[in-house]
Amino acid sequence: MTEDMTVLTGFLAASIRISTPLLLAATGEMLNERAGVINLGVEGAMLAGALASAVGAAAGGPWAGTLLAVVAGVLVAGVFAVVAIGARADQIISGTAITLGSVGLTGALYRTAFGSGGPGLTLPTFAVVPIPGISSIPVIGQSLFSQPALTYIAWLLIPAAWWFLFRSWWGLALRATGESAEAARASGVPVRRVQVMSTLVGGGLAGLAGATLVLAQVGTFAEKMTAGRGFIAIAIVVLGRWHPAGVLLAALLFGAASALQFAFQAMGLAVPYQLFLVMPYALALLALAGAVGKARAPAGLGK
Amino acid sequence: MSGNRLRPILTALGALGAGFGVLAIGLAASGYDPVLALGALGRGAFGSWYTFSSATLVRAVPLILLGLGVALAFRAGALNIGGEGQFYAGAIAATWVGIHVAAWPSALAVGAVWVAAAVAGVIWIGLPVLLKVRFGVLEVISTLLLNFVAEAVVSFAVTGPLQEAKRVYPQSDPIASAARLPLLAGSRLHAGILLAVVLAMALWLLFTRTRWGFRLKAVGMGPEAARVSGGIPVKRVVAGALLWSGALAGLGGGVEISGVTYTLFQNLSPGYGFTAIAVALLARLHPLGIIVTGILFGALEAGAQGMQREAGVPAVAVQVAEATIILAVLLAEVLARRAAGRAISAEDSA
Repeated sequence: MTEDMTVLTGFLAASIRISTPLLLAATGEMLNERAGVINLGVEGAMLAGALASAVGAAAGGPWAGTLLAVVAGVLVAGVFAVVAIGARADQIISGTAITLGSVGLTGALYRTAFGSGGPGLTLPTFAVVPIPGISSIPVIGQSLFSQPALTYIAWLLIPAAWWFLFRSWWGLALRATGESAEAARASGVPVRRVQVMSTLVGGGLAGLAGATLVLAQVGTFAEKMTAGRGFIAIAIVVLGRWHPAGVLLAALLFGAASALQFAFQAMGLAVPYQLFLVMPYALALLALAGAVGKARAPAGLGK
Repeated sequence: MSGNRLRPILTALGALGAGFGVLAIGLAASGYDPVLALGALGRGAFGSWYTFSSATLVRAVPLILLGLGVALAFRAGALNIGGEGQFYAGAIAATWVGIHVAAWPSALAVGAVWVAAAVAGVIWIGLPVLLKVRFGVLEVISTLLLNFVAEAVVSFAVTGPLQEAKRVYPQSDPIASAARLPLLAGSRLHAGILLAVVLAMALWLLFTRTRWGFRLKAVGMGPEAARVSGGIPVKRVVAGALLWSGALAGLGGGVEISGVTYTLFQNLSPGYGFTAIAVALLARLHPLGIIVTGILFGALEAGAQGMQREAGVPAVAVQVAEATIILAVLLAEVLARRAAGRAISAEDSA
């Protein structure tokens, strides 16, 4: 009984820990997709954030790293905004190119700054912050309320995003932009500015996602360490039907799928580990197939 | 008129200039000597006939094959960024077949390896095609997600069913010598380059001289117009283009196994699937242009290794140049469209 509960607690805690970077990146991507911008550079912004957080944390501790990661994510999204929104070049190809460039840039900078000596980098990371009182509840408290601070921030962003999208004037302007830029412009919405701002916010959150990956999960930087999480975040947005609550549930689902690995290991099941590596990607494909068509994307997405 | 024919070439040169400019600035900003580094890059790509044929052209072969694949799909308006995954699928199939054809005549063995690789590429892109046609899933995301799955399958294969007989290293046994491609004397350049050039020429003829080529272009330029006024089955044309695109990328993996490495291992591709996008875009999807840009990017990849050896610059830095080149091509197209738009409105008002 107690052993089962330990496994369950570990599984829940791991699910939430793994889902946090996905949730942050997906929340950001949801905002810019609601404004009609699909940014495939989110993977690149996340990777840039991951490297920046490592550099910042090595110099000034985890919060300095987090701040630098957000800046890096905004900068990468800024390049995308100039090319894809400013000049109106194809969003899909621009985003792909920016991710490609980010892989090269972060790889080169990392090797230049830290050498190619492998995982020699130890960073100050975020400690778990148990919430007084409720964190001692068995299973639930020990998993849900014993997380690093960035996890709580990610969760609090969900109601904030909901309020912004559905209760504020700017949220209405943003959704109108995503449905029909022409109509929004006619009613006085500064369409380009809304798209650029939402893209920059999306990039900042992707950078924050990178910081979470490095400073609250892995503890070090490695080349290409985001491993497609940015693209999984895009699948999460689709599965979550462009809605904050849906995005939260979808991100948790992906976290749980990845955390199964640890649960199975704890139970001593021998399955090739590659099967677990594949799980999130397979789930993302399934999600795309099942979710598309049922939910409607913003009408102006990618245009 | 000659201005119109020159423009793509000038655009390409400008994009290349932008790519190298950004690379040089980045190198200088990170404390490297850009002249030394770019000199090393040039020597690594063009230093001698041996380096040109064995480093640059050998890398150009997969880039041309995958670049043709990207161009084929993109002509029909679909973006296949899963070339990497299809390349690995092709490589796995090629390795398995290549190990089992030791007793066959060489031409037959090589043919079997290539066909297996192309079929594997088609199978690997089959799911994204199905998802796109049936559910409207964006092929960009689905093909990309399958890249990671393919890498995991390679990892499983070389530590499991395809691992070498001694079971020590995470790689396959070498394929039979009957399945290996002939090499050019005194070089590592293999016969795969002929296949790449022949396929490029064939695609050029198909694009420009056949109804299929016309349909691809019509669908790519405007699916709605192609369906309504052209009576073209848009979904079928797009699906076909993507499947052929997967075949070319899979073939790229098979040619790499049969001509270069002879064994399967992880990280077989240094990102050919992504570089191929730059190859196709810089050539403006023109198959003969892809021969040129494929060699150019082959030179860039080969030169990157030279740059790492001689100047200590991490080879991945050239991906920044590649990304810049793609963005520069996109921006040039936007500018050209606007210029054309202005010319039309000027005519209207005249």
